[in-house]
Amino acid sequence: MPVESVFPRLEALLPHVQKPIQYVGGELNSTVKDWDACDVRWALMYPDAYEVGLPNQGVMILYEVLNEREGVLAERTYSVWPDLEALMREHGVPQFTVDAHRPVKAFDVFGLSFSTELGYTNMLAALELAGIPLEAKDRTVDDPIVVAGGHAAFNPEPIADFLDCAVVGDGEQAVLDITEIVRAWKAEGRPGGRDELLLRLARTGGVYVPRFYDVEYLPDGRIGRVVPNTPGVPWRVSKHTVMDLDEWPYPKQPLVPLAETVHERMSVEIFRGCTRGCRFCQAGMITRPVRERSITGIGEMVEKGLKATGFEEVGLLSLSSADHTEIGDIAKGLADRYTEDKVGLSLPSTRVDAFNIDLANELTRNGRRSGLTFAPEGGSERIRKVINKMVSEEDLIRTVATAYGNGWRQVKLYFMCGLPTETDEDVLQIAEMAKNVIAKGREVTGQNDIRCTVSIGGFVPKPHTPFQWAPQLGVEETDARLAKLRDAIRSDRKYGKNIGFRYHDGKPGIVEGLLSRGDRRIGAVIRAVYEDGGRFDGWREHFSYDRWMDCADKALAGSGVDVDWYTTRERSYEEVLPWDHLDSGLDKDWLWEDWQDALEEVEVDDCRWTPCFDCGVCPQMQTEIQIGPTGKKLLPLTVVNQG
Amino acid sequence: MPEGPPPAPAVQRIRLRYTKRGRLRFTSHRDFQRAFERALRRSAVPMAYSAGFTPHPKVSYANAAPTGVASEAEYLEIALTEERDPERLRAQLDASLPPGLDVVDAVEVRTPNLADRLQASVWRIRLDGVSPEEAERAAAAFLAAESVEVERLTKNGVRVFDTRGAVASLEVSDGRSGDGARGGAEGGADVRPGRACAILRLVVRHATPAVRPDDVLSGLRATADLAPPVPAEVTRLAQGPLDEESGTVTDPLAADRAAASAVPPATAGPRATATA
Ligand code: B12
Ligand code: SF4
Repeated sequence: MPVESVFPRLEALLPHVQKPIQYVGGELNSTVKDWDACDVRWALMYPDAYEVGLPNQGVMILYEVLNEREGVLAERTYSVWPDLEALMREHGVPQFTVDAHRPVKAFDVFGLSFSTELGYTNMLAALELAGIPLEAKDRTVDDPIVVAGGHAAFNPEPIADFLDCAVVGDGEQAVLDITEIVRAWKAEGRPGGRDELLLRLARTGGVYVPRFYDVEYLPDGRIGRVVPNTPGVPWRVSKHTVMDLDEWPYPKQPLVPLAETVHERMSVEIFRGCTRGCRFCQAGMITRPVRERSITGIGEMVEKGLKATGFEEVGLLSLSSADHTEIGDIAKGLADRYTEDKVGLSLPSTRVDAFNIDLANELTRNGRRSGLTFAPEGGSERIRKVINKMVSEEDLIRTVATAYGNGWRQVKLYFMCGLPTETDEDVLQIAEMAKNVIAKGREVTGQNDIRCTVSIGGFVPKPHTPFQWAPQLGVEETDARLAKLRDAIRSDRKYGKNIGFRYHDGKPGIVEGLLSRGDRRIGAVIRAVYEDGGRFDGWREHFSYDRWMDCADKALAGSGVDVDWYTTRERSYEEVLPWDHLDSGLDKDWLWEDWQDALEEVEVDDCRWTPCFDCGVCPQMQTEIQIGPTGKKLLPLTVVNQG
Repeated sequence: MPEGPPPAPAVQRIRLRYTKRGRLRFTSHRDFQRAFERALRRSAVPMAYSAGFTPHPKVSYANAAPTGVASEAEYLEIALTEERDPERLRAQLDASLPPGLDVVDAVEVRTPNLADRLQASVWRIRLDGVSPEEAERAAAAFLAAESVEVERLTKNGVRVFDTRGAVASLEVSDGRSGDGARGGAEGGADVRPGRACAILRLVVRHATPAVRPDDVLSGLRATADLAPPVPAEVTRLAQGPLDEESGTVTDPLAADRAAASAVPPATAGPRATATA
């Protein structure tokens, strides 16, 4: 059955909206396949604005992996801004893909990528615009299977009502496996309808289908247990892990948008996973173990990617890029290859040591040395032990001195407020640190004009981390602590003027906390917020704390639980957590011990260079650390002259 | 800090005509600039760069059409550090840009000031839901007027424009009878049957402040109550020197082309031989 493009109808609306180019597709390296020649069709959504969603690495990878397969097509869709949403509702134009402008409802699978919980209301907007029933139980065999992935999917419970299924972990192989199951079911004439398809998916053990699990509650509101209610459905669902990144060199042809986006460079993921063990970091915990891409694999991806895109900058991405075993040779090799072509190199530098400065120098060989960014995360030595961020103030000052000595003039420092056990004193130390940085900078350079920017946000405890049991700091306490820090910085005569202070108030953090550690009862809150007009919660100008609190009060009334219960309450060892049946590989007892170590200010090493400390992931997932060095080098490219 | 060697000098300049067709008419000028500069990199064009910490490739853009307006005739000029055959360069760049942003003409620069030659534009305005008779009537009233002033909010506040004075010619045809093809690469067969549709073809002089095709539409509304039910689709068909007598707009690259065929390639000291 041919599916018609909605573009002619959309086109008439575009002259009336902001930045219409974001809705027209046609990006370089985008793909439109023949609908009828494919039997499994995916609509992939990053549920945020195009400018944030387009450069998302995860979606770009899955889009390409799927489109490379014979008989499979994938198209992309993003959240439309309220101006277009209103017009689409008025004129009956459905949620569409930007590739061929096909209606989302026509696809077999609607996959959403949740990097953050703040995209949940946008999912509901997209479903409704698509004409797909909001709740999974109301969907028919003609609606797409709605599947969530991305880091937030590690606790899909708050959106369980709206999802048909969720996938945790790496998506590359998982989307292909799902595709095969859908293909077979369709070829057989869709036996047993939706339920049969979902059952086939659930039985793999790698796809979570919320409706096949019942949640039982205790009288005090806590969860009693989560039980499968259908034969053959496993008690726990495993995360997916892709081994050998060199076999998955995606994206090979990164999308190049016409519209301006937040991230305009050629990005290469140089490794996946991180075992530094920062206790607040969900990304680090759930993506273990570390799997490096080889230096030669990286070189090839950069070369092909630049040819395919024309980007003027290469980003070497990972959770802690300076930790690649051959990062020095990678940086030097790429700098040698590309300085002639005026291609810039960047790496999100967060670690605080002299080695990072050498690297940064290498990467900016011919450029301007403006700003360096470090993330000590905690202001005092004590709190850094609690969070396992192993860096001393002396390290930082020494690093900064080297940086200023090498011509850098501006240092940015990232911190969190509201960490477990934190006091005002810990946070006020941040001001001292910033002053010491400037003092050192003045000493080394002999100049007064040295800048240091302090950027600080509220800490949100996340599932599958040692802090999953921790109480979150309330809004008033967070704001009061930040105000004290601001005053301490501003009132300083000698240095205050040179310290920039950027902070986020505590309100969005509480909503994020509610959604991160929520259970199925939170679904009603999300729906109420959506129906009240809530959208784009990651955007300051659209986010409404009051709306969230009002809707939570109403939706949770009579349940015995409330926002504080979900956020500022400390959990005990015995408590069944809403995400316990989703297996990230981390041993819950190990997480608990690490939580106890945190409270006792005991640090833990990195298993890449010390023996395994039994976090549980490798044996549970049958994976292993994959790191170099390979000993290989990047050779200069032969110059091919074009004319 | 080392500043590096001075940038290589420009040895050749090339003028290009490009289009904004179909859905890519929603590209803003900023969007186009980024896309074009990336296309230059993908096709490894030996661009001359400005000096300084953040060197920029030397590209000058002329008189870009507004966002949402399609165009068959946009112009820009680039400076190269090695000579290139204009036609091959054009084909390469065209292949590097998405379909719809098409590079359709290229000449080596032999004459100064392209911008001065862009004296007027030919616009086609497609008015769906407006009958040709209705459009005729409005056009006649507009043309009969001495001046037709409209207001528009600009960066510098509300400005008044005389739209009549800027219009050198204005003709109406029937969108259903063949001239309905849109500027779009995808729009060739888009004659929507059974619906009234008028096409305006107008020549507008470039002036400061610029009178845009939507100003002329405002003028038609002011003089003759012409109110199209759906947004007009506007395409710039051409821009260039205006022959006031005949009211025709000619090719602004013609002078360069003529100079090139009259004189063999200019030699300016030692440089790479042109690649064939
Ligand atoms: C590490 C990181 C960075 C690093 C590296 C980025 C990278 N590798 O892409 C750096 C420092 C460069 C960075 C920069 C930025 N980041 Co960042 N970043 C992250 C972080 C922590 C992890 C991202 C990551 O590892 N990506 C690697 C890719 C391959 O993994 P993935 O996206 O998870 O996808 C895989 C799986 O999850 C799965 N999957 C994903 N979706 C789906 C869907 C389905 C259906 C299935 C089956 C599977 C599946 O398959 C994929 C392939 O295996 C996320 C937070 C998070 N929880 O995701 C924030 C995050 C994505 N970043 C964010 C932001 C804002 C930015 C910046 C814009 C910051 C800035 N102002 O400059 C830039 C822009 C970068 C960009 N490409 O868009 C925000 C996005 C907010 C939003 N509204 O969506 C996030 C969510 C953090 C936050 N909470 O604020 N970032
Ligand atoms: S199981 Fe051991 S080796 Fe594997 S990630 Fe955990 S601590 Fe490291």
